[in-house]
Amino acid sequence: MNQSKSTTSRRSFLKSTLLAGGGLMISFSWLSKAGLAGALSEHTLPAEWHGLTGYIKITPDNIIKILNPNPEFGQNVMTSLPMIVAEELEADWKKIIVEMGPHDNIKLGPQFTGGSNSVRMYWKPLREAGAAARQMLLQAAAQTWGVPITELSAKDGLITHTTSGRSATYGSLASKAATLPVPTEVKLKEAKDFQIVRHSQKNVEGEKVVSGKPLFGLDYRQEGMLYAMIQHPPAFGMKLQSFDAAAALQMPGITDVFKLQLYAEDFEQGGFDTRTFNDLLVVVGKTTWEVMNARKKLVVQWAAAGDSKDFIAGRNGKREVIVPGALESTTTQLADMREYARKPSQELRKDGDPETAFKNAAQVIERTYTAPFLAHNCMEPMNFFAHVTSEKALLAGPLQAPGWIEPTLSKLLNLPPEKIEIQMTRMGGGFGRRAYGHYLSEAALISKRINAPVHLVYSREDDMTYGIYRPMYTATYRAALDANKNLIGFHVKGGGIPEHAVHANRFPAGAIDNYLAEGWSIPSNITIGAFRAPRSNFIAAAEQSFLDELAAAMGKDPIDLRLELLKKAKDNPVGKNNEYDADRYAGILKLVKDKSGWGKPENKKYSRGVAAYFCHNSYAAHVVDIVMKNGFPYVERVFSAIDCGIVINPDAATNMVEGAVIDGIGNAFFGRLSHKGGAPVQNNFNNYRIIRHSEAPQKIEVHFIQNDIDPTGLGEPPFPPVFGAVANALFKATNKRYYDQPFYEQIPKPGNTLNIKQKLG
Amino acid sequence: MIKLNINNKDYELDIDPNMPLLWALRDVIGLVGTKYGCGVAQCGACVVHLNGEAVRSCVTKVSRAAGQSVVTIEGLSPNHDHPLQQAWLELDVSQCGYCQAGQIMSAAVLLKENKNPTDRDIELAMEGNICRCGTYLRIRKAIHLAAAIQNKD
Repeated sequence: MNQSKSTTSRRSFLKSTLLAGGGLMISFSWLSKAGLAGALSEHTLPAEWHGLTGYIKITPDNIIKILNPNPEFGQNVMTSLPMIVAEELEADWKKIIVEMGPHDNIKLGPQFTGGSNSVRMYWKPLREAGAAARQMLLQAAAQTWGVPITELSAKDGLITHTTSGRSATYGSLASKAATLPVPTEVKLKEAKDFQIVRHSQKNVEGEKVVSGKPLFGLDYRQEGMLYAMIQHPPAFGMKLQSFDAAAALQMPGITDVFKLQLYAEDFEQGGFDTRTFNDLLVVVGKTTWEVMNARKKLVVQWAAAGDSKDFIAGRNGKREVIVPGALESTTTQLADMREYARKPSQELRKDGDPETAFKNAAQVIERTYTAPFLAHNCMEPMNFFAHVTSEKALLAGPLQAPGWIEPTLSKLLNLPPEKIEIQMTRMGGGFGRRAYGHYLSEAALISKRINAPVHLVYSREDDMTYGIYRPMYTATYRAALDANKNLIGFHVKGGGIPEHAVHANRFPAGAIDNYLAEGWSIPSNITIGAFRAPRSNFIAAAEQSFLDELAAAMGKDPIDLRLELLKKAKDNPVGKNNEYDADRYAGILKLVKDKSGWGKPENKKYSRGVAAYFCHNSYAAHVVDIVMKNGFPYVERVFSAIDCGIVINPDAATNMVEGAVIDGIGNAFFGRLSHKGGAPVQNNFNNYRIIRHSEAPQKIEVHFIQNDIDPTGLGEPPFPPVFGAVANALFKATNKRYYDQPFYEQIPKPGNTLNIKQKLG
Repeated sequence: MIKLNINNKDYELDIDPNMPLLWALRDVIGLVGTKYGCGVAQCGACVVHLNGEAVRSCVTKVSRAAGQSVVTIEGLSPNHDHPLQQAWLELDVSQCGYCQAGQIMSAAVLLKENKNPTDRDIELAMEGNICRCGTYLRIRKAIHLAAAIQNKD
């Protein structure tokens, strides 16, 4: 047994309560501070987030309820987090009832879905809570029966005294247990003894999903609720100048049309208060469709916004950011990126003497990669319900981070946080988009203005053209080889609009003596935000494509080259702060090599590409197998190897990896949000191509490294390496390298591809 | 007044006959299992059955459904035990789950017309249903499993 002691004061965190009508409630309120800081290091954490309180309720009729603290957007935390509690509790999983928790960052902890952190940050506290409850129930039984606690065992919600043959349900002992002191030290189970964790359990909301129960934000209804939509400017860099609502107001079902300012001029934005447009033209009516129709009757003058100022809150006080007013186009963005790439940029890391290495090189390989903005395209468009009065505010809907929007709402509505209730519904996708809560602020201000409950709905077009995209990126990689084709220098210089994607301390940093990483960025009015594995989702594609070409130039197998570099990083690491564990990284490569039958003659019919990446504390590798289907490259099979430590719910985890692979293939082939005159060119699924059934692989074989390491991220890590593996397989299929995403339009047309393949074969 | 029969229940709605069936279901009647995804017949989240045929309710005027039989995900089976619903649960298909009602409604028409669909049949029938989470493999497997369950019954 592991003895677990919290790093903070033990006494303050676990609390037992006798429930009205009998029964036990265990509240828990702690989170390892070290774990939390590490878990959320990429984000700004409000200072008050230091506690975690959830509950396990056991009633005398033996019903066990577990509260899920974290928002659900399809990563299956409604199931996996309660599984962790139930495991330590030794409960019967089939009898557990799971409820979504309310928003309460003081009692329920970070409540943040993102950064692949849900399981990682809740793992230890949820285990300790379950274990404490189990221990108290055992004590209650020991006292009741007058036997030593060591003679008792707990399993499936039942406590048994084998010697006497007595047994009792948790429910029957719960009221007594509630009167006992909370243990100051709890024993956690050994990983080898897990009965629920590591065993596939079905999604607790599966039945509600397949029967169409109201689960999602858009399904939320309240008596007397109105619908609102916002007519936003047609382009980034534009703003509302004037409007004539007369015709719109004549339309059936329309109750109101007005202009609303989102933030006051000196408003200090938090890190997730990103918004694209500040002056909102709002239409309110009785049904969504009537509002959609009335919007078409609006007569609006839009104007160039010009350069504008934002105030962003930060650790060192607020800073002023100039938002440039230019109406951008993809062609000008690409030209700007080429220009910036030639300028000096910020040095991010330097090992050895890269300048000399490149000067002395017998051969230098240089390749530049680009990727466009991407829209998240959650299937459920942005929407939120709000009912705001002068006394209080109720908001309900899909969001990833209630704790980040609450302070903003408090300021905008002039209400103290305790008067603001945010209910978290199931989300129809998130992918990072719903960490940005502008649509809650908008809904709340609209409700306040009309003094009525309202549901703000974004149409698909509103959603896709609003912004908060994955940024546009580029990176140039250079490798220096000596006369014997040894790698003697490595250089990455990355940039983007409005940020670069270089992770300077990740592989292959640490494996190359002379290494240089640089970054630059171009300001823009196109708003950006986290998108499944931010930055990694581009830089992995570029780096892993480059390593493939580098391996070819060095005459090495691409997996062997990576393994050689990782061996060097382990045995004789270069520099400091190398973020990855070389052994674990090598482990996934070896596993994917083995499981995919890499290099085996029976796989010769496939054009194969490999890639691996480390992010969000986990390791993922894929082998992608392309065949020709109707004369066009088709990813028929994928083999995946993942190391994310202990896998809580294996089948659901496999589902997540399958989804990440398909998401990666889709975005590598088709994903693109481009601009012309500031306006997004794509605005719905007829012109923004999303991967569909026939384009999904026949088979995705997912393998997890088996170890007992505390669980790390899974939602994001499998996503970034897909792009590189696809690019590398496409090279094998078409004898052409792919440097610019999306790849689809650069692939030789049917007929040509077959000829190329035949020539190669 | 528009008369509708939805999931074997009669409704009389005082609404514009041009309102898409989707919004009549969701905003007027309160049957929210049918989802809004794109509004332009591209994503399939809004698929319902009109006289047994799969239609995209976001582009189907409510007047077109007047006096006819509409089935939504809520009415696909009395106890949520349609072979597809069983198969979806057995294979734990869903991630976020938002598109799955539309997927199931499209698949239900396929299975009614084709007792043993091939992978290709499934691709063709389901191509209009987007799953942003990427559960396509499980959907394919679930349709095969549902066919097996259906053929056994």
